[in-house]
Amino acid sequence: MSDPITRPTVGTPRESVDSSAVEEKREGTLPRGIDRLGERKRARLEQLAQATADKGGVSLLRDAFRRLRRNPTAIVGASIVALFVLVAIFAPLLAPHDPAQRFDELTKNLTVDSIPGASSEFPFGSDPLGRDFLSRMIHGSRQTLFVGVLATLIGLALGVLIGAIAGAFGGWVDNILMRVTDVMLALPALLLAISLVAMASRSSQWTVILAVAIVNVPIFARLLRGSMLAQRESDHVLAARALGVKQGSIVLRHMLPNAMTAVIVQATLTLSTAILEAASLSFLGLGDPDINRAEWGLMLGVDGQRYFEVRPELAYYPAIAIIVVALGFTLLGEGMREAIDPKSRR
Amino acid sequence: MLRVIVRRLLQLVVTLIGLSLLVFVWLRNLPGGPIEALLGERATPERRALLVKALGYDQPILVQYAKFMQRLLTGDFGNSIRSGDPVTEVIGRAFPATIELAAAAMIIAIGLGVPLGYLAARHRGRLLDNMSIAGTLLGISIPIFFLGYLLKDVFTQNMHWFPPSGRMSTGVDNTEVTGFFVLDGLLTREFDASADALWHLILPALTLATIPLAVIVRITRASVLDVLNEDFVRTAEAKGLRHKTIRGRHILRNALLPVVTTIGLQTGALLSGAVLTERVYNWGGLGTLIYNSISGGRDYPVLQALILLAALVFVVVNLLVDLSYAFIDPRVRVR
Amino acid sequence: MSLLDVRDLSVVFQRRGERPFTAVDKVSFSVEPGQTVGLVGESGCGKSVTSLAIMGLLPRRGNKVTGEVNFDGADLLKLRPDDMRDRRGRDIGMIFQDPLSSLNPVVPIGVQVAEVLERHRGMDRKVAMKEARELLDAVGIPDPMRRLKEYPHQISGGMRQRALIAIALACKPRLLIADEPTTALDVTIQAQILTLLKQLVDETGTALIMITHDLGVVAGLCDTVNVLYGGKVVERAERHELFARPRHPYTHGLLNSVPRLDSPRGERLHAIRGSVADNIPWVEGCAFAPRCDNVVDACLEGTPPLEPTATGGDLRCNNPVSEEVAVP
Repeated sequence: MSDPITRPTVGTPRESVDSSAVEEKREGTLPRGIDRLGERKRARLEQLAQATADKGGVSLLRDAFRRLRRNPTAIVGASIVALFVLVAIFAPLLAPHDPAQRFDELTKNLTVDSIPGASSEFPFGSDPLGRDFLSRMIHGSRQTLFVGVLATLIGLALGVLIGAIAGAFGGWVDNILMRVTDVMLALPALLLAISLVAMASRSSQWTVILAVAIVNVPIFARLLRGSMLAQRESDHVLAARALGVKQGSIVLRHMLPNAMTAVIVQATLTLSTAILEAASLSFLGLGDPDINRAEWGLMLGVDGQRYFEVRPELAYYPAIAIIVVALGFTLLGEGMREAIDPKSRR
Repeated sequence: MLRVIVRRLLQLVVTLIGLSLLVFVWLRNLPGGPIEALLGERATPERRALLVKALGYDQPILVQYAKFMQRLLTGDFGNSIRSGDPVTEVIGRAFPATIELAAAAMIIAIGLGVPLGYLAARHRGRLLDNMSIAGTLLGISIPIFFLGYLLKDVFTQNMHWFPPSGRMSTGVDNTEVTGFFVLDGLLTREFDASADALWHLILPALTLATIPLAVIVRITRASVLDVLNEDFVRTAEAKGLRHKTIRGRHILRNALLPVVTTIGLQTGALLSGAVLTERVYNWGGLGTLIYNSISGGRDYPVLQALILLAALVFVVVNLLVDLSYAFIDPRVRVR
Repeated sequence: MSLLDVRDLSVVFQRRGERPFTAVDKVSFSVEPGQTVGLVGESGCGKSVTSLAIMGLLPRRGNKVTGEVNFDGADLLKLRPDDMRDRRGRDIGMIFQDPLSSLNPVVPIGVQVAEVLERHRGMDRKVAMKEARELLDAVGIPDPMRRLKEYPHQISGGMRQRALIAIALACKPRLLIADEPTTALDVTIQAQILTLLKQLVDETGTALIMITHDLGVVAGLCDTVNVLYGGKVVERAERHELFARPRHPYTHGLLNSVPRLDSPRGERLHAIRGSVADNIPWVEGCAFAPRCDNVVDACLEGTPPLEPTATGGDLRCNNPVSEEVAVP
């Protein structure tokens, strides 16, 4: 299923107009105006030496990091993510009120078809239970981050474990594990999550986290295995093997670290989908039943849906927050992908 | 070619067996155990005893699995706990509605996505390109049920352009033939029914199309950019061919190969999205069925059948996509 | 009157936020009807860019093309894109370096030959396919009937290049541009393709611009040779003259770096030191100066002009290799 009949890739490297032009342009940025031929050559040699020294092992990452810092996509994404994390950390300081407290001045105005709107005391107005919506939004960042990060980390850990075992051993172990991931991938993500939630007698925050995590396991497993298999054939692993390095330490020291970069990029992208999937589960009534919990997906999926016609802000604010944060993680992930593999830049 | 088909079919069988095992294990681990899961909490002791016997619950686990498989293969999924009707019947009623919705969404996604992706690639770095990139990013970041409510709010509550929910207005007389309402109207020459069904279909289909649309735009764009760098496009230009020929025969015919694969892989996303979309628009399909069988007291027999069906659809669609590849791409055909 | 007359052709690549880069710098040369002209130089010297500029195939954005390309009484650079499109494939044909990637992998060979006939000679598919069969036959592809229906990956590299030649010559153009047509091929196939090109050019009277880095190709094919370095023509001469008495140190170096059968065994090949990339900081001087054995102070001050030589060629050098030190 995820192994479409392999196609030969068309096109071999060639002397192309653009690349040679770019190549030479880069060289062209050398300082100008030195008179003596010898001096010029020495300068050039030094430059060359420096360039090759830069191509060492560690600097691959440093290179990627430098490209990351120059990539506007990544910068925007990272800024959004940083802001989100800061709000989550300092939520108790930022929120004007206790998110669980019901205020009399709000509850007394609550009716079936009206929920108090913005006031100077409560800038975002009230939620359906007479609590301060702004404070709930601010505290919601914490819970949303918590759900997203935990679901991603658990999915990543399990996926990496399965992928690493499959990639390291190959053979029938690989075959069995990959058929299992095939089965999991054959199920629509949301349906898989629903079936998993259904296994619990009562839904809770943890069932949501686990369900979202498990949906992502096969993706991480496939990714890690794929890049480890690619590594197995690569020159540096062959060299290590030729030098008689033990299989175990080849896997741990050489294959895994290199394969992990792709996984980290995927994890960043997954943070975005995890938050969206958690919101979807809440929308379907399979979310956290705790009415005191302030989490954006929950707020959007439950109250936002129920009171959409009464007070659409109850849906708009958490929805916008989710969209912006999901966008942030996506942009950061894409930026990282571009930085690690400049060729993927489109 | 034949070898490829056989290998893929074998893989499909293995996947389905794995899936049946998974569902079997899943059923056994449901709260209250499989008997309660399949009969509901209120079943009489006599019926429970009967099912224990039928499932071979007093027998070794392998026999239980064999019986489970036997029931699956004969299409015996038992009765819905909610309605008491046979599961196959319940699903059969909902299936066409979802297929109609998903097909409409896919038509929108492909019909808009491929041209948009192509144009974005041809105008790389310009306004149209940047806008389509921004659009696709937004498309994958927006919770689609929220988008559904938003579209519903704007186009039905405020502008009254489209009906708010359902598959057909009450009072429209239609004859069901295939269960695809738009098609039924055409077949029975009840064109007003067809039009009404189409009217109801547009907003849900647009909502459901968001994610596949975003994905198709991105893949098409990237793929066209790849092909534009290929030497054979330069050859085609050097031949002085017309734009139309270069676009169709030389660029798109090559660039659409990866898009076809993507379309297969989007089946899963489409089914996930259908659960949410159908809930927003009260569309009586599989998504609604999934929702009902989980939230209004869990209807495990229906859910079990739905899981198997969803996976089957996904696997078969992707098999077809892979096989169609062999007909589209001559390089695969000869192997 | 010359068939093609290139006057002061310059191509400057300019991307936003980057320094402009001159890939082709005031290149002039002409091609008479039926003549074969060589453009010779290392990769990056601007020879491919020159040919793409003549064909109007450079990307629309990111570059600036100036000068004149007079072909058949019209300046190709001033033609409207659609008029140029009419001429490409009909008046000027082109074949490229890598025959596999230059053919569309998902379209049968026959269609790829026929479509150019349909476009420029108004044939319908049936007639065009018949003509395509004859063209494939003419370029020496065995069993052309079967090949028409086959795809590029099903035929050999040599046959692919033959098919590309058939495509380029399908409309009997008056000028054919061959951009390194043999570089991607096996050595034995290279000779066959060159022989075929020579034969076809002779038969049809098509003028040919041969772009290559391989002096062996030049020796067997070209009437006149332009040697390019750093985007500039550094030497132009008749083939015999060039091989007998190379004047520019770069040409001299190129000839010396070709292995010869008659040189003493064990003698080392003379490589030109450095690489093309070395030229760029020297924009104010001769581009070849950092690699040149004959370099003098004047070479660093400015680029010498291209001046006629006594033997009818042109030379751009302050301190040319003396005529006596020619290659044996």
